[in-house]
Amino acid sequence: MTVKVSMTINGKPASAEVEERTLLVTFIREHLRLTGTHVGCDTAQCGACTIQMNGRAVKSCNMLVMQAEGADLVTIEGIAKPDGTLHPMQEAFRQHHGLQCGFCTPGMVISAIDLVNNFPDPSEEVIRHQLDGNLCRCTGYHNIVKAIKAAAQTMRS
Amino acid sequence: MGATNYIGQAVKRREDYRFLTGAGNYTDDVTLPRQTHAAFVRSPHAHAKIRSIRKDRALASPGVVAVFTGDDLAASKVGSLPCGWLITDVKGQPMKEPPHPCLAQGKVRYVGDHVALVIAETAGQAKDAAELVEVDYEVLPAVVNAADARNKGAPVLHEAAPDNTCYVWALGDKAAVDKAFQGAAHVTTLEFCNNRLIPNAIEPRAVNATYSRADESYTLYVASQNPHVERLLMTAFVLGLPEHKVRVVAPDVGGGFGSKIYLYAEDVVCTWATRQINRPVKWTAERIESFQSDAHGRDHVTRAELALDKDGKFVAMRVATTANLGAYLSTFATCIPTILYATLLAGQYTTPVIFCEVTSVFTNTSPVDAYRGAGRPEATYVVERLVETAAREMKIDAAEIRRRNFIRNFPYQTPVALMYDTGNYEATLGEVITLADVAGYASRKADSKKRGKLRGIGYACYIEACGIAPSNVAGSLGARAGLFEAGEVRVHPTGKVSVFTGSHSHGQGHETTFAQVVADRLGIPMDDVEIVHGDTSKVLFGMGTYGSRSIAVGGTAIVRALDKVIAKGKKIAAHLLEAAEADIEFKDGAFAVKGTDKKKAFAEVSLAAYVPHNYPLDKLEPGLNENAFYDPTNFTFPAGSYVCEVEIDPDTGQVRIDRFTAVDDFGKIINPMIVEGQVHGGLVQGLGQALTENCYYDPESGQLITASLSDYSLPRASDVPSFKVGTKETPCTHNPLGVKGCGEAGAIGSPAALMNAITDALGVKEVEMPATSQRIWRVCQEFKIAA
Repeated sequence: MTVKVSMTINGKPASAEVEERTLLVTFIREHLRLTGTHVGCDTAQCGACTIQMNGRAVKSCNMLVMQAEGADLVTIEGIAKPDGTLHPMQEAFRQHHGLQCGFCTPGMVISAIDLVNNFPDPSEEVIRHQLDGNLCRCTGYHNIVKAIKAAAQTMRS
Repeated sequence: MGATNYIGQAVKRREDYRFLTGAGNYTDDVTLPRQTHAAFVRSPHAHAKIRSIRKDRALASPGVVAVFTGDDLAASKVGSLPCGWLITDVKGQPMKEPPHPCLAQGKVRYVGDHVALVIAETAGQAKDAAELVEVDYEVLPAVVNAADARNKGAPVLHEAAPDNTCYVWALGDKAAVDKAFQGAAHVTTLEFCNNRLIPNAIEPRAVNATYSRADESYTLYVASQNPHVERLLMTAFVLGLPEHKVRVVAPDVGGGFGSKIYLYAEDVVCTWATRQINRPVKWTAERIESFQSDAHGRDHVTRAELALDKDGKFVAMRVATTANLGAYLSTFATCIPTILYATLLAGQYTTPVIFCEVTSVFTNTSPVDAYRGAGRPEATYVVERLVETAAREMKIDAAEIRRRNFIRNFPYQTPVALMYDTGNYEATLGEVITLADVAGYASRKADSKKRGKLRGIGYACYIEACGIAPSNVAGSLGARAGLFEAGEVRVHPTGKVSVFTGSHSHGQGHETTFAQVVADRLGIPMDDVEIVHGDTSKVLFGMGTYGSRSIAVGGTAIVRALDKVIAKGKKIAAHLLEAAEADIEFKDGAFAVKGTDKKKAFAEVSLAAYVPHNYPLDKLEPGLNENAFYDPTNFTFPAGSYVCEVEIDPDTGQVRIDRFTAVDDFGKIINPMIVEGQVHGGLVQGLGQALTENCYYDPESGQLITASLSDYSLPRASDVPSFKVGTKETPCTHNPLGVKGCGEAGAIGSPAALMNAITDALGVKEVEMPATSQRIWRVCQEFKIAA
């Protein structure tokens, strides 16, 4: 069975006829060819597939695309400004070497933005606990924590 | 070095923009026209005979293009997956090397073993149809633990190895060691497991293979750490294809940690299948497939003894290890618990005689191979747990006992085959003691006690051997491959430079670090330099990235090629400047006549090389493009000292790493920001082994119990602290950059430091890794430990 879905992604309307069982992340990656959103574990544990849905961070591997009907979605491709200027969180990751292989990075950046939206001035302890939904195997988290702290300061000012 | 000064600077990474904006290009991002999707039928049993396989229901399933089994591969004469290192046993016999089929040939030997390939129009259809392949199994008893594999009556995996033993191998002078033990004032003995780990790079393995009938060529996109090695093994040993007709591309790769070195069955089968169906075949692992079929790491059972004289000087070491190789030999499986393990048992110390015997066995588990550190973490764990335990037993300070035994004169020949070129172990130990504020430990311990908590401190002083070399020595020890690296420097007419390296970056940041080296050597801006890697159609050759070899071996190959560019540039400049070649010096990005202000900029010389009007054509070819192959004369030997401090709640068994301090000596450092990042990541992988991670197979059924991220606990941000890290620079003496390598150090030193701290806090001799809350709580209950 197929179903018609439509939503807004990165400010643009998107619609398609898809199999009912299509996951949101499959729709994003394979139908829309927005490959910045990654699949690390397909069980909602690693967080590489995190996107923004109606302003909140969600894991797109754990939802059917039908559940996003009419939603306003932002993927990593929509985080920087249209002229390519990085969001303060992206810039902080770059400045503080908060990424290595880059695979967890899109989900990590989107979760981190959500974190700062909820905790504008987070302590290290808050950052570490709030990152529990995102796994990174390269950085040991040290520089990710530093980057989020620095970005929070920029985002507040 | 020149007009530029990039080496030693924390230059921000040029890779980052694409990764931060979702513009990376990983294998699963590659979509080819008319591509199909593959799913593997995997064994649900640890050990079974296959009576029959029925494909018909799967073939009738919607969207299915083809179903292949081991019979199809056999009919096509597809070979066995090769092992790249021949170990010769204690009796001078070659190791047992049973076949490693790409799809099962009548028998499966671990849960997740490859049985059939289903290809369909979509990934969902392929997975649906894989469920419909009917395999009739005759289930056999299984053995999963190394310690049980040689028991009488244990199930036998391979006819070629009736005692499940691949080899018994030894290194060192047993008679001298036994004699030294007899006269020792003190002997410390430990028995432990080095727990089995599952690497879990966040990018799952992936393949997209395509074949062109037009020119009978193949292109394979694959998440690999070494595309040329992948191509060589696949074409020459398994598929029998002409090497020049196969292009292997390892684009952006999302972490490897060893697990993406090897030639896997999936890579071969998809490449074979693309020709059968004349359409591209794409496969991306689900996470459960990563758990079941990526090569695992560690899994040793060890008895280790250290003999000391009355002053705490080490007089001998004796080690017996049983290593679990899993069901089949993965690409480099056999050298990890031997060549990369026993040779490291001298550590940083002058122990005069060492004997190590290793028995490697087959079990009904996933193949085991190199995982970050590969043999060296296991060796460091043996040495540093023994040393710390001996210090406690003899009531000598843990730092002091190490100082009494440090190697201080270099070069130093160890009793286990290695020749350390240089080191300064006192310097890293002294620095870590200061940075970790060891002086303040007693008051912190008293404070913990007041709060009902136990506090402990532990050291680890590791040695590492990086950039395995030289090729001829490795060959005499059984290596079936070279261990050099290749580099090419292509100077364009305008003086811009493309550098092609056989090293592969999957997080290490070579595009930045290598560009720093090239720009400094040529005295040109970094923006004028690009680094190209990961594509056999672009890079001349490469052995790839593993064993912390990239800067020491790959970087040196580039430097050698740069030297040739500069040498040729001097000849061109001498002609342009009408001077003798011997009078030309290259400095600050220009070729100058010594002692004059006459000079030609680098770009002027490169232009002359490509527009050779005023040019010595009778003596010199046009163009400025040089390559080099560099085969190191020795390993490099990074070393460091780590101090870990833990606080334990005896009521819950929870271990909190209060502080972790690392001081490493990586020789010369090109980019300190990247080096620190490598240390942080390595530390957490090591702490993960010691604190949370454990691969567990059920000993009865052989089922992999820890086959998801719910059951296998990777360290999360809240499990680990921020780190204090420092460095000392004792430059390597045998490569031009003075570099040693930094990729694995953290994972090598940190498990021993953490377990030394935990055993100190609890006041017990041994706790098994991982030190989960449950395990620690049980120890507290058993020994009635309270703060």
